[in-house]
Amino acid sequence: MDINLNDLLRRYRSHPFEDYPVVTPHTGVVFLKVKEGQTVKGPGGEWLHRPGTLLYVIERERNVKRMTALWSGQVSGIRLDIEGQFVEAGELLFSIRHQLDKEEIIDRILTQVLYILPAPQRARYFLAPEISAKLEQKPKEGVSVESGDDVLIMSLMKRDTVISYEGVPGALYKVCFKSGDTVEQGSPLLGICSPDKLRYVQKVIQRIRTEWEK
Amino acid sequence: MRTDQVHMADSGKLLSQLADRISYLIDIKGNSEYGNIGDLLRQIQGLRQSLFEIKEADLFEEIDRIEDRVSFLEDRVSEKLSPAEIVNIVRSPQRFTLMDVLENVYDSYTELGGEGDCNIDPAIIVARATISRRVKNKLYSHQVMVIGHEKGRGEEYRNGGCARPWGNDKALRYMMVAETEGIPIHFYIFTPGSYPIEDYPGAAQQIARNLYVMAKLKVPMVSFISEGGSGGAEAIGVSGLRLMSSRGYYSVISPEGAAAIEGKIREGEKVPRELVEYCAAQLKITAENNLKLGTVDRIIEEPLLGAKRDDFPFFRRLRYEMLRATDEVVLKTKNFRAFRAYALKRREEEGKEIPEDFDLFISWNLTDLEIERLLEFRLKKYMELGKGYFLEDRNVLTEGIRKTKIFASKTYYDLRYGLLRPHHRNVQKVIEEVSSEGSVFLRKVTEPVRAAYDFVFPQPERPGKVVHSEGPDERKSIFAEEWESYVSPLANEDCTVTCPNAAKYGCLDLWVPDLYGEFCGVCPNCGHHFPLEYQWYLENLFDKNSVHEFNDHIASCNPLGFQGYNARLKKDIKHTGRNSSMITFDAEVWGLRLVVAMLFSNFRGGTVGVAEGEKFVRACDVAGTTRRPLLAYIHSTGGIRIHEGTLGVVQMPKCTLAVREYNDNGGLYIVVYDNNSYAGPVASFLGCSLYQFGMRSSRIGFAGPRVIRETTGQDVPPDYHSAKNALKRGHIQGIWDRREFKKNLHDALTTLGGPNLYYK
Repeated sequence: MDINLNDLLRRYRSHPFEDYPVVTPHTGVVFLKVKEGQTVKGPGGEWLHRPGTLLYVIERERNVKRMTALWSGQVSGIRLDIEGQFVEAGELLFSIRHQLDKEEIIDRILTQVLYILPAPQRARYFLAPEISAKLEQKPKEGVSVESGDDVLIMSLMKRDTVISYEGVPGALYKVCFKSGDTVEQGSPLLGICSPDKLRYVQKVIQRIRTEWEK
Repeated sequence: MRTDQVHMADSGKLLSQLADRISYLIDIKGNSEYGNIGDLLRQIQGLRQSLFEIKEADLFEEIDRIEDRVSFLEDRVSEKLSPAEIVNIVRSPQRFTLMDVLENVYDSYTELGGEGDCNIDPAIIVARATISRRVKNKLYSHQVMVIGHEKGRGEEYRNGGCARPWGNDKALRYMMVAETEGIPIHFYIFTPGSYPIEDYPGAAQQIARNLYVMAKLKVPMVSFISEGGSGGAEAIGVSGLRLMSSRGYYSVISPEGAAAIEGKIREGEKVPRELVEYCAAQLKITAENNLKLGTVDRIIEEPLLGAKRDDFPFFRRLRYEMLRATDEVVLKTKNFRAFRAYALKRREEEGKEIPEDFDLFISWNLTDLEIERLLEFRLKKYMELGKGYFLEDRNVLTEGIRKTKIFASKTYYDLRYGLLRPHHRNVQKVIEEVSSEGSVFLRKVTEPVRAAYDFVFPQPERPGKVVHSEGPDERKSIFAEEWESYVSPLANEDCTVTCPNAAKYGCLDLWVPDLYGEFCGVCPNCGHHFPLEYQWYLENLFDKNSVHEFNDHIASCNPLGFQGYNARLKKDIKHTGRNSSMITFDAEVWGLRLVVAMLFSNFRGGTVGVAEGEKFVRACDVAGTTRRPLLAYIHSTGGIRIHEGTLGVVQMPKCTLAVREYNDNGGLYIVVYDNNSYAGPVASFLGCSLYQFGMRSSRIGFAGPRVIRETTGQDVPPDYHSAKNALKRGHIQGIWDRREFKKNLHDALTTLGGPNLYYK
């Protein structure tokens, strides 16, 4: 986990965007429906069931497909030369420049820095009593965990299973659930940070939260 | 004129009463512009503020002036109330509710299943109540079960009288309690509609269950409608006598909902008031309209501007009418005609004045024979609903031939399956028993002789005879031959289409001739079912040349005179070549004969009106007479047809009663939903089936997503109405694949059903 947080931060500060390429899924004649610099919206609604902004239409074998935006952002690098032309599959049409907000940046940094412990199955989770007690006593200093430590209790159908930590030793940086919550399979439960980077990560996150504009 | 003896303290009360009367007028008119009512209200507010600054004489003079004006306006308004204004009366917070009825109509009551907000569904109230009558200075009490909607006085938990599925379930539970205890039920309908959510078992499914049980509930039932909002009203509406308050409304859809459909108003946009008023008038929702159409039996007069919470003369009348209605339902079942005629005649002779005493005491207990009659009368009453509001060839000759055919067919099938078959079965059973016993005896005698014969003349061993069974395994693949016989015209397009699940499952584009030909409109990757026209099923689901349509002469018409409906009907008749959205026919599935009722989408979106209901009931009759299974294949249905108003709504109980009768006589009723099936039909004669199946990719529910969003204020997930979710919540019993429809149907027909099917 050799990551230079300063570099990471500098990179996000200078380029707080993620460019998502929009490529054709298959061959066909393309008709663009957006302009350079236009702001587009990604899927909406509680279940992301409302399609995003119409980006382009591709027609193959008289099958007209309306392709909508999967991300929010601005259209950039649009290739007007392919308007109405036949293109191959995987042809880059333009990119959607998505501006990262500070929570997204924090998530990205944490994903790279932390060791994430995911939920093995959909169940109710509790912190192990020792961990919970330590966190209550010294919430700011963090609780160190090592491989083999019992960190969680998974409660499913009135049967409690202790989950041991299997990973690099470190400090418990983030608890991603409330004790007793039902967590979906694969969702993050704990984020563990190596002890040498703990204070530094905390500082960087604090800086992002306070200094970042959006 | 007010006099000096009226004290100052009374002036506040008078002003408050006047303010209430003005607010009521504003509620009715929907605005404060009529007759400057808004100004009057402001004047009253001004007087209230300066109550002690004005001289008493001046104050009362002013109050008198305002009161005169308000009375004048009330008279003017009551002279001609439009249907939209009647809707406003019903929705006014000053209107009486069920709690007022319980307090003022019944002597005492005990609420069951919760009180106030501590209730499984506060929108439904159930109470065990006592109602009494005086006969020759002697007091007689009756016990009744009161079930109804409570709109409340603005409490949020009452949900405006919109029952949730578990509220209707609660009502059902106590209906059965009443049946166990043998006490009559009084239903009070005060609902703008059922709450359109699909929580277990789903709004539609619960209403259907209620209707199915009410069809044969062995107690006298009387219903009173103040606000009858379509399916929600029917959930507790089946009864021997249906009363309606003179300022109530009973409608297939709210005027706003009808306006949104008629005006094609986009979601979130305001529906124009004029359009709402127009639709309210078109829907024929008033008590007079409903009495004329036969959807209610009697009107209970209210004050001209409707009864309020403290309208005690009205409650007295309601009490009398409920007693009288229950008497009538009971008396009709009595055998002694003279007494019955006398009692009913006495009731008719009574004038508008409510008598203090009743002439005689009528017990509401029924004997077994009377219960049978009660159910017969109920069935007969509902079968008559909507008669004459569809087009049918009324020629004396054709009608005579039709009746003769029905009679002949009934006689034949009664003789064949009702009389000869049980006899034949018994004889066969005796023969089987005798022959098996005889063979054992004979074997003992002939065995030594046969052994000696075989020893002397040994026989070469012969291969056993192959028996060709008619089982499904012997059938030919639909890919081998059948699809070649009828291919959907959709396959004629030379193009590809994209499966809606392509993003999720990576389905490749499908070439249309393949999709609608060989693949039967099913994505070979994910199994998504693309919609197919109903003709595909007619040709591919049933045996060749086995489909024989009947009652195709019954046609939809415009019973309410709904403007523009005639033209739409004409267009659909021309477009589809059919007279209604329901096709009823005899057919065979691998040699097994059945009766089919099919709703298809091309005709008014598969909606159900009077003609469709009548055709369905007749299909039930045919299936019952011929002892054949009944299949309802729902290609698509959008609910009850709003253009036929409450005549359409009453098809819900009518068809459910027909289904119940058919099922109870030992038939088999299967419902298969395809594409989209919503609202009234699903909440009644379809949803009540003991065996319901959904085709893959079909959608089944009570209200569409837009209605749910607008009613509940919450969005619904995209798969909310999917067949999978309908299966999960216990609405349907299985999901069928179109490619295996015929096999599944045949399996269901042979394995399910009562004992009276012709092949059992």
